[in-house]
Amino acid sequence: MVCVKQVPDPDAPASTFRVDETARRVVPPAGIPPVVNGFDLHATEAALRIKDARAGDAEITVLSVGHAFVIEVIKKPLSMGADSLVLIEDPAAASLDATATVAVLTAAIRKAGPFDLVLCGRQASDWDNAHVPLGLAESLGVPCVTLARRIDAPKDGGRIRVERSLSDGYQVVETPPPSVVTVSNELGEPRYPTLRGIMAATRKQPVRWGLADVGLTRDVLAPGLELERLFVPQRRLEAEIVKGEDEADAGRRLALRLREAKLI
Amino acid sequence: MPSVLVVGEAAAGGLSGSTAELLSAAGKLAGDPVSVVVLSDGSTSDGAQTAAATALEHGVARVLVLQNAALQGGGAGGFDAPVAALRQLIEARRPDVVLFGRTDFGYNVAPRVAFRLGVPVAQDCIDLAYDAGTGSVVATRPVYGGNALAVLRFKAARPQIVIVRPAAFEPHVVSAGPSKGEIETIGIEIPADAIRARLVETVKEARQGVRLEEAEVVVAGGRGLGGPEPFKRLHELAGVLGGAVGASRAACDAGWIDHAHQIGLTGKSISPKLYITVGISGASQHMAGCSGARAIVAINRDPDANIFREASFGVVGEWQKVLPAFIEAVRELGRG
Repeated sequence: MVCVKQVPDPDAPASTFRVDETARRVVPPAGIPPVVNGFDLHATEAALRIKDARAGDAEITVLSVGHAFVIEVIKKPLSMGADSLVLIEDPAAASLDATATVAVLTAAIRKAGPFDLVLCGRQASDWDNAHVPLGLAESLGVPCVTLARRIDAPKDGGRIRVERSLSDGYQVVETPPPSVVTVSNELGEPRYPTLRGIMAATRKQPVRWGLADVGLTRDVLAPGLELERLFVPQRRLEAEIVKGEDEADAGRRLALRLREAKLI
Repeated sequence: MPSVLVVGEAAAGGLSGSTAELLSAAGKLAGDPVSVVVLSDGSTSDGAQTAAATALEHGVARVLVLQNAALQGGGAGGFDAPVAALRQLIEARRPDVVLFGRTDFGYNVAPRVAFRLGVPVAQDCIDLAYDAGTGSVVATRPVYGGNALAVLRFKAARPQIVIVRPAAFEPHVVSAGPSKGEIETIGIEIPADAIRARLVETVKEARQGVRLEEAEVVVAGGRGLGGPEPFKRLHELAGVLGGAVGASRAACDAGWIDHAHQIGLTGKSISPKLYITVGISGASQHMAGCSGARAIVAINRDPDANIFREASFGVVGEWQKVLPAFIEAVRELGRG
């Protein structure tokens, strides 16, 4: 199982970023489609590598909770090679906190059937909480290993071996299936969908569930923390641009200016 | 006043820098009495006693040394042991507020403890306030890669679990005078079947020169450098300035430089006096890792790059032309 999230494009220019302070939410920029959270594509890639290493002996189900899915965006994991896609949709699920997301994903995963491994991106580029995978592991009652850069999941159902990234190296952790593992960008670039993959994805339709289909009501979606304010902070002053006769001269003048400012 | 429990981490010679920052954050909540918990595997060499003694020097009221052999190295790797131990401690002592640092430990343990207790957690906070009327913590944190700030208010559930961003608070300074605090050692039971994920080994990868997080000068390159070769020039400049070399995520993902150099929300957080960027556009994900920099200098050929909105000084131009002259001038100035 791979959990993915549709998020606003984090590479959109900062100038297109708008907040509706009254509604306390981000206004999607016109003409810039959302994307699948980058680390979730790394998680998809990790799943595909496991499947490749087992000569195809794995079934990859992608799950996403949300609202207003852009279907050609959220189907990207399918065109990369995932087997099926389950969308759990509700108008109230447009901005869920981690507790609510975990409740919905837990119910959906249980309904989707038994699993050996749940893979998630290490965190989502909107709120960068990194809470959902850890909470999901608690809720499913399984261990959680974070920040994987390599995963070996043997066919025989033995322990899953994870290399997890540290700021100054890595750790090797072994965890029994089923487990939740989060994937970091150190894994390597996610594959581009092939033409064949895109064709195959066009023919696949996502399974669509509502909250009732996974046995939940909207009460579980209430946020645990109250969002009191959401606002764009004041920008600092624009940079003092150092110029010169040519670019090299500008470089020399920059050094002098930094000395004047006692920075070097 | 809320009772605040700081989850401390031991480091060589005492408490980690992150823990000292948490003590300042706890002070801001007017937290009296502040308690600090440190984990111990029960051996004399695990640093817990030194950490506890250092915490007392900071003037905390009580240090709780949580002891179990499974807590060796903070339970790093799978973190099942510290989650189980801290859950028990928090249920027994019922603090109003629990503070974690956004370290590898806090990132992994705090959300799991919160979920196990059934309470929410506020991630990556840069400012905290306490509303004495409701007993609620009000936390400020950057979201959407630093494009926006969110102010979050805790509701009635206790404890209120907060994860604090590194370098958001100044480290607490050891107070003068005799400490009045106490150290309490607690042997805690962790059932064997609670530990499922197991650490096999930790591999430190070689690192040269000054540590990025501690460097007073950082020189970093991004996508605009176009390949691995130009990083040699950055190492040269860092050498002249006694600084460290960093990179944007794009440069690391491209394989031009190791991920250990990555600065940003998902890389390292730096707080140098001077941060020189070359060919970095200044995406908000990157800027989240250098918000602690005192002065930012940008060399970039795109005058509209976001980095020029965050920098104090900049040159618009090709790095191939600007950088060599800049390095040479810095070298000359260095010679006096």
